[in-house]
Amino acid sequence: MGSYQPSTQAERQAMLEAIGCQSMDDLYAQVPPEMRLDHLDLPDGKSELEVRRVLEGIAAKNTVFPSVFRGAGAYKHYIPAIVKSVTGKETFLTAYTPYQAELSQGVLQSIFEYQTMICALTGMDASNASIYDGASAAAEAAAMCRDRKRSTVLLSAAAHPMVRRTVETYCFGNGMEVKTVPVKNGFTDAQALTDLLDDTVACFYLQQPNYFGRIESARELGEAAHAAGAKFIMGVNPIAMAVLKTPGECGADIAVGEGQPLGMPLSFGGPYLGFMAATAALTRKLPGRIVGETTDHDGRRAYVLTLQAREQHIRREKASSNVCSNQALCAMTAAVYLAAMGPDGLRQAAESCMAHARYAAQKVCDVPGFDMVYPGPYFHEFVTTCPCKPEKLLAGLAKRGILGPLPLEDGNLLWCATEMNTRDEIDALEQAIREVV
Amino acid sequence: MELLFEKSRKGRRCDLLPPLDVPPAHLMAGMEREIPLDLPELSEVDLTRHYSALERRAHGVNNGFYPLGSCTMKYNPRINEELAALPGFTGVHPTQSADTAQGCLEVLYLAEELLCEITGMDAMTFQPAAGAHGEFTALLMVKKYHLDRGDTARTKILVPDSAHGTNPASAAMCGFTVVNVPSNPEGGVDLAALRAAAGPDTAALMLTNPNTLGLFDPNILEITQIVHDAGGLCYYDGANLNAVMGVVRPGDMGFDLVHLNLHKTFSTPHGGGGPGSGPVGCKKFLKDFLPVFHVEEGADGLEFRDPAKSIGSVKGFYGNFTVVVKALSYILTLGAQGIPEAAKGAVLNANYLREQLRGTYDIAYGDGPCMHEFVLTLHDLKKQTGVSAMDVAKALIDHGIHPPTMYFPLIVEEALMFEPTETESRETLDEAAAVLRDIRAQADADPEALHAAPHHAPISRPDEVKAARHPVLRYTPPEDQA
Repeated sequence: MGSYQPSTQAERQAMLEAIGCQSMDDLYAQVPPEMRLDHLDLPDGKSELEVRRVLEGIAAKNTVFPSVFRGAGAYKHYIPAIVKSVTGKETFLTAYTPYQAELSQGVLQSIFEYQTMICALTGMDASNASIYDGASAAAEAAAMCRDRKRSTVLLSAAAHPMVRRTVETYCFGNGMEVKTVPVKNGFTDAQALTDLLDDTVACFYLQQPNYFGRIESARELGEAAHAAGAKFIMGVNPIAMAVLKTPGECGADIAVGEGQPLGMPLSFGGPYLGFMAATAALTRKLPGRIVGETTDHDGRRAYVLTLQAREQHIRREKASSNVCSNQALCAMTAAVYLAAMGPDGLRQAAESCMAHARYAAQKVCDVPGFDMVYPGPYFHEFVTTCPCKPEKLLAGLAKRGILGPLPLEDGNLLWCATEMNTRDEIDALEQAIREVV
Repeated sequence: MELLFEKSRKGRRCDLLPPLDVPPAHLMAGMEREIPLDLPELSEVDLTRHYSALERRAHGVNNGFYPLGSCTMKYNPRINEELAALPGFTGVHPTQSADTAQGCLEVLYLAEELLCEITGMDAMTFQPAAGAHGEFTALLMVKKYHLDRGDTARTKILVPDSAHGTNPASAAMCGFTVVNVPSNPEGGVDLAALRAAAGPDTAALMLTNPNTLGLFDPNILEITQIVHDAGGLCYYDGANLNAVMGVVRPGDMGFDLVHLNLHKTFSTPHGGGGPGSGPVGCKKFLKDFLPVFHVEEGADGLEFRDPAKSIGSVKGFYGNFTVVVKALSYILTLGAQGIPEAAKGAVLNANYLREQLRGTYDIAYGDGPCMHEFVLTLHDLKKQTGVSAMDVAKALIDHGIHPPTMYFPLIVEEALMFEPTETESRETLDEAAAVLRDIRAQADADPEALHAAPHHAPISRPDEVKAARHPVLRYTPPEDQA
């Protein structure tokens, strides 16, 4: 009902007359009459209360699991109250891209702070203002590495399948060739990587921790890529960065990742956040918006969108990317999250993830038929065997309010635990598994 | 104003997480981060004050008039925010089985049905996260469609010279060569030039209609016919759909694919530059090429299916899902009558504001009525007074009005592009017109003051050259600076 227009029918008629028109049809004179619609086949408009009822009814058809032991690219973490309160501020919500610096210092400064924190997290020199999500950030990173002689992308098969698929799709567009580095014992196969590296390879993409939760020997794999003249891209979990060696320390040229764990709810897959940072040498190849510090006419510190000579609105078909809108409010979410957690809080979250995953792995593997598939350390995800059909296990757990692990193609199970899973919850999980299998 | 890092005090913190209730776990030597984690250390009150101060140094639709051309800065209804934040949506893991996510699938299914009706398309994907991402997705479908037919010669994309910069950039990302098509004296597509450019190497035409001059191209059926006759596809950039939704449909203009900006036309907020949503709709013969995860009816309810010849995946999962919830809420609110009413209101407001400015400023291509936006050209004003489009834009800031889009489209000199949208009242438009008339008078009386505008913003004009020549892209503590 209505269309959020303040003007009344009478006011609109008066405005029409003020511009010398009889009816609205005069204003659409350029539209050929034979094309005009006489009506839309849509339901009638509704009041706010009716719309609320409809959408609350639709939302109620979903199951929200109180207990989640699944990650696989989307992670349930604690979201501090301050995060929602800041990002819900009307001005941040309704502003456009900060083209007009004088009127947008608040938004620009928040992005500058975000960029600084992404650099701190990843150990890299320069960050952009965000990309759509972790998968598209990986694809944009691969495109950054292309040069006249090198147009092959090597993708670790231990990267998230959706990231791999997205990189492949982007490469169908830009004509880069994608080759997959196989997995051996849950790790990227170092020998296979060396065999695949040649002087056509633009870059090698590695996920850390990898899809199976394992912690790769990133520095060694990166050195192999560099030795062959290829760039090294790392896709990292941002919470794990509090404790794990950073892409900067591993010698990566570009760091990307899925920023959803930094204060964003699961939301059926989006909106999430693609973060992206590079070495100083690659800064001018980064896609999308970048905020820089400068001074205003009176010598005061000021922030602006900068290095715009890379961008589509200036360079058109010669731009480094077509990115225009990104995920600005999600970047602000990540910034508030990181500032609220601070260095100690983020480390605490990371350590809590590791400890609860370890405890969960022990409890799951106490049940006969469940065994760890890979030995050695992991962050907050791990793979076990499954003594029954995964569907049976998952259905049984679902009845008990638990979202169980993600079944992998080989019949094994990919589990996850975070600071959200308490000891009691994990004990209850073990009990539930015993009842189901 | 100080940065978070400058407000940081060692040892300050928010207490957010409980102590461990399970034994600690450790990494192996050599795996651990060795460099310090330089995040700011702040209390919660520090944070809330900081961001409130930043909010005061920003401008949203809630603060005042925001006539930024081509961006459709309409009011963002609050009910949409509340519904998108329902735990029944935000708490759903994207890999949950279909039977536990029927509500989310229904949102996508319903939004597809309604938006297909509005655009005249047969199927739609919500995977693209923004308008440019939608363009990219649609052009990948174009590419795959031609290759699937064994037609490898179609390597060119036709783009009018009035197009948004994302159009040629998206075409380049898909490996296409861009052919610019000039505009005719009326601001529309030059038909002779289009005929000359279209041929067996044409993959598609990308067109915004109404275009960035705010003009509906009356030759639209002939334009799409020329491209189809040459064997190419017609792609509709939906950035300006707000002018015509419910009045005329891209599908009826001859377009085969369309992208929408839910964050423009369908009222979802821009968030300071995202998250947006750029769904792509297509005619039936292209449906098989849509990205993976298309929602369809199965035996046990709704489910995801991968189209037979899918281009693949342009991002993880299914798109900016909760943005789609907001758009759905908006469409259900407006309904069959409200959708065209909003379009007509947008067109009326643009024409009304334009008429208030006629005689004060030169209007580019201003003979007939405009659609939802119009472009002023300050070429003569600059010549007479030295006052530029930039000066006028910056002067508006001192009056609490967000500047219009500047220096775009590229085919208009000293361009200012205004898009008032339907959610502004007559008083707001009258007030903006009065301010613009005052500024015009000031251009004669005191041009220097306009060159120095704004005078009452948090900063005066920034040095953009310095920012680009000596990039400072993150904070470095004074003790670490060389």
